[in-house]
Amino acid sequence: MNIEGRNLTIGYPDRTVGHGLDVALATGEVLALLGPNGGGKTTLLKTLLGLLRPKAGEVRLGDKPLNNYSIRERARVIAYVPQVHISTFAFMVETVVLMGRTAHGGLFSRPSAKDRAVAQAAVERFGIAALATRPYTMISGGERQLVLLARALAQEPQFIVLDEPTASLDFGNQGKVMNEIRALARSGHGVLFTTHDPNHALRAADRAYLLREGKRLDEGPVDTVLQRAPLEALYGAPVQLISDENRRAFLPG
Amino acid sequence: MTRSALPGLAIATAVLCVGLLLAFTVGRYPVSVADLFSVLLAKISGQTAGASTAVQSVILQVRGPRVLAAVLVGAALAVAGTAFQGLFRNPLVSPDILGASSGAALGAVIGIFFSLGVLAIQALAFAGGLLAVAAVYLIGSAVRARDPILVLVLTGVVVGALLGAGVGLVKYLADPYNQLPAMTFWLLGSLAAANVTDLLPLFGPVAIGSAVLIALRWRMNVMSLHEEEARSLGIATGPLRVAIVAAATLTTSASVATAGIIGWVGLVVPHLARSLVGPDFARLLPTAAILGGGYLLLIDTLARTAAEVEIPLGILTAVVGTPFFIWLLANMQKTWS
Repeated sequence: MNIEGRNLTIGYPDRTVGHGLDVALATGEVLALLGPNGGGKTTLLKTLLGLLRPKAGEVRLGDKPLNNYSIRERARVIAYVPQVHISTFAFMVETVVLMGRTAHGGLFSRPSAKDRAVAQAAVERFGIAALATRPYTMISGGERQLVLLARALAQEPQFIVLDEPTASLDFGNQGKVMNEIRALARSGHGVLFTTHDPNHALRAADRAYLLREGKRLDEGPVDTVLQRAPLEALYGAPVQLISDENRRAFLPG
Repeated sequence: MTRSALPGLAIATAVLCVGLLLAFTVGRYPVSVADLFSVLLAKISGQTAGASTAVQSVILQVRGPRVLAAVLVGAALAVAGTAFQGLFRNPLVSPDILGASSGAALGAVIGIFFSLGVLAIQALAFAGGLLAVAAVYLIGSAVRARDPILVLVLTGVVVGALLGAGVGLVKYLADPYNQLPAMTFWLLGSLAAANVTDLLPLFGPVAIGSAVLIALRWRMNVMSLHEEEARSLGIATGPLRVAIVAAATLTTSASVATAGIIGWVGLVVPHLARSLVGPDFARLLPTAAILGGGYLLLIDTLARTAAEVEIPLGILTAVVGTPFFIWLLANMQKTWS
């Protein structure tokens, strides 16, 4: 299955953020979206999720336009992991993960035994079973990110879209989340994530998409696209490359 | 879900039971607990009670309807407040946030101004509350903005202010000897006039509104997340928001039509209930309803008995509610970060 944006013009009612964007994501692959702040990463993400309507062009999911899916059908195919935030009310971690099952139940239903089993499996996969009865507001940022990942997995989606999954995490948790993203692709999910760190794209993604001022600068396999020159053009700033025989990393400045 | 809701529910039920006992027995005509139970048992079993007819009439005709009205109004306001606090993701929200109370107030003072009967005044208050919220909702939805919740709340504040001006105008034009005291009394809230005929028009809307909210309990959990998060989890937030607002407005308008404007209950009780059983609406809504009924019953008993004349409920709930809320702000930040 594929999510595909064709010739998209993206933005809000009062302003256009980008145009002429083509983007595709298949199941089993990881795509990283890179670009400076204000370049349209989040807007493109929300358009592909169906949270924002494209101002022109079309988003297709499988063989149908995304618009033809109901909100509920969509949520059973694409899951969204927003940037880590603190919720207003102190729901327990297991309740937050169970919310991922909402699209699988009816309007008036509560989570079933099956829903609980799926949520429990997601919780165990990310190693947060010990947190299950803690309030979501009282755990660390890294733990919250894992809870949101577990909630996304509980949706049993084919695609998972993450908005800056590493932005507020400490160094150790960044690595953990990168590894989980790789593992999600191995289990057949298509993963799209935005990041400010090209090294995270190198570590976790198959392909990279470079977005600057609403335009696509480049797109392709990370080894081809993530080079010094395109990154310097992307951020408008000098970038240093460090490499040994099998691996590369970038330093800003 | 592993932590049991039972202790919290038990505390709420205990408050309601204490409220019921006090409301029936305390007052200018004291009734013993033994008399209370014998009269109630006799009423249920259809036999004649041993107590005097005066005691029976105090329990069944005078205090009974008022007690039931207090429980229903308290439960309605608490349930509506719980729903609105979740929907607006803001614990400082009360049931009149979208103008239900100010709309009802304008309807009622207009009814009093034209010297209509009690039922007509209640009907106008009920219609005023519903119309005000419908107007706020339509205006708020017509304004296209990225944060529909914020626009809705601000529209509620603006329309509420306009309706408040309308109430002021009618009071200014009203006969200061006959009509103005009645308006003031109504605007301050009271259950003194509650009787048997009030109970059905109160019970119907409150039961329907509460049933809808309780049926939607799981979706209301998800609705208390950010708008886009709720949609990405599969909820059509627009239609569901209309349903929740309509149900909460129905219960609020029915209780305002019966008892006048009683503030604070819908603000304070949801917090208490949340601290007892946590934020999951499946257990929060029933707990808030029971606790709200008990709370208003205790306040109403105080209103009847604390002074020579009845103290208006709106004044008592404010006097009790304000310090309580300041204490909440200082101590209970763990229930909402």
